[in-house]
Amino acid sequence: MAFLEIAELQKTFGGNRVVQDFNLAVEKGEFISFLGPSGCGKTTTLRMVAGFEQPDSGRISIGGKDVTALRANQRKIGMVFQSYALFPNMTVAENIAYGLKIAKRPRAEIKGRVEEMLALIKLPKLGDRYPSQLSGGQQQRVALARALSVNPEVLLLDEPLSALDAKIRIALREEIRAVQRKLGITTIYVTHDQEEALSISDRIVVMSDGRMEQVGTPFEIYNHPRTRFVASFVGTLSILRGEVLDAASGRVAIDGQEVFAARGLGHLETGRVQSFALRPEAVMLGAAVNGRNGLRGTIEQVSFLGSIIRIRVALRDNAVLLDALNNPGTPPPEFGSEVAVSFSRDDLLALEGESA
Amino acid sequence: MKRGRLVSWIIMALSAIYFFVPLACTFEFSLRLKRGTYSFAAYENVFNDYRFQESFLYSTTLSVATIIFGTLLVVPTAYWVQLKLPRIRPLVEFLTLMPLVIPAIILVFGYIRIYNSSSLLPMTSASWSTDTLLACSYITLALPYMYRAIDTGLQSIDVKTLTEAAESLGARWPSILFGVILPNLRVAIVSSAFLTFATVIGEFTIASLLDRPAFGPYLQLIGANRAYEPSALAVITFLVTWGCMGVIQLLGRGRKGGVAPTAY
Repeated sequence: MAFLEIAELQKTFGGNRVVQDFNLAVEKGEFISFLGPSGCGKTTTLRMVAGFEQPDSGRISIGGKDVTALRANQRKIGMVFQSYALFPNMTVAENIAYGLKIAKRPRAEIKGRVEEMLALIKLPKLGDRYPSQLSGGQQQRVALARALSVNPEVLLLDEPLSALDAKIRIALREEIRAVQRKLGITTIYVTHDQEEALSISDRIVVMSDGRMEQVGTPFEIYNHPRTRFVASFVGTLSILRGEVLDAASGRVAIDGQEVFAARGLGHLETGRVQSFALRPEAVMLGAAVNGRNGLRGTIEQVSFLGSIIRIRVALRDNAVLLDALNNPGTPPPEFGSEVAVSFSRDDLLALEGESA
Repeated sequence: MKRGRLVSWIIMALSAIYFFVPLACTFEFSLRLKRGTYSFAAYENVFNDYRFQESFLYSTTLSVATIIFGTLLVVPTAYWVQLKLPRIRPLVEFLTLMPLVIPAIILVFGYIRIYNSSSLLPMTSASWSTDTLLACSYITLALPYMYRAIDTGLQSIDVKTLTEAAESLGARWPSILFGVILPNLRVAIVSSAFLTFATVIGEFTIASLLDRPAFGPYLQLIGANRAYEPSALAVITFLVTWGCMGVIQLLGRGRKGGVAPTAY
């Protein structure tokens, strides 16, 4: 039995179904991210786990105990909010000590625990400061320490880095992951930032319109998206429409040019028009060799992105994006020139339920 | 000096004259009790009058009671409305504004009719119960100021998230309200307290019709029978009010962790 189990969770707000048929089993010490656009139900699901919202139906259990009907203050969860939610009238140390005081822990234990937490978040000398005297990143670290001080069974983070600037976000997400690994605490992290989810999660739950689109490791989610939504939401990619010529061998025609898909065509009938996903980094400029797929087209757009150059190659009705590494010795191809591109058969992914 | 700035200074000076000249004249008049010389004799008379001391102490005591019980009524109400019942907020705001619309004389006649000595709840039959009734009526009169000050204070902090943060740390409602929310409303509560004090200390109609020895009726009595003492009392009342506003300003700066309301 998993440590945190969410079964058949449903939630409706004013006739609008915001979470439907949500099922998830999280192992102890696992770091799970809920990833999706605004309004997809990820925060509502997290708030139901926290006890701030009551599900219409379904069950949530932590450590084998059904907590669905318990109030938030009885669930032994730690919560970190997007807006930090530090108590403005209390110092950093008082904020961290708050939960322990509520639990009526002995004074000496509270003092020791506060020092331990301050060391954990690398702010050992800021215990006497007020939240308003700290930077956003420091405030969020204190919020993390406060949530962890009470030894929660599950740590919940609701878009904790959204209010911070890019550099601090990257540094802090690594810190959060390091602290989580060190303590081995079961964690759910809500974000709409796919890079954030991919970089720190053991598994990602991709959500859309209140439903789970796909659950998997970052590697699986990125490389083998099951649906068009997952493919388009996680990373950049080209969606190509092609006609299935021979499902058994994986032969497909894209704008009249034959290519092969290594997987996922077994159940499709010949002649069906199907959507395929192709990541830009899987595509190379140049003619196909060693059994790779090849397509010919015209350069439609060249975008210089620093370390890479993103090129859009127009076919007849479709277009392929490709990422070429920026080589100062080789200028990017010119707009309007005819080029050949190639990609592996494994990289052409047929999307589930996507007849175009 | 630029023309726009000069105009601003002229408007400022005219406003200052408009506000301060009558006050200065009142002050000057209050010093003329002794013929041919300026003195604080009128102030001495006022301070030495036992009725001044008693009525001021009485009204101050009632102000404190009004502030304490009013705060205990308004803070949980405003907190609950903001947290759980935001949809009824316009209704609550409307109700709290009623004392500004309904004259105090209507209120006190209503009280006398409902709580007179031959009614089911004869609150006007004893001094202590009439004092209680007066305190309740003062809470009603102060509602528009108290509710707005505290509501503004609540809006300046993220009540919902702070409540949830405290709840996730194991806190229950009383701990959250008194340990997290109330301390962050310190400035708002102080503002509401002084506004209440300023309202109660000079209130005449209700205290007079309930026949209580409050400061308002004393002011009226002195005004009707003396020449210089009313001016001295007016200056004293101004000083008390300004003192209250100064304290609000001082506390409004708050300590580093405090959150000051944006209005009141």
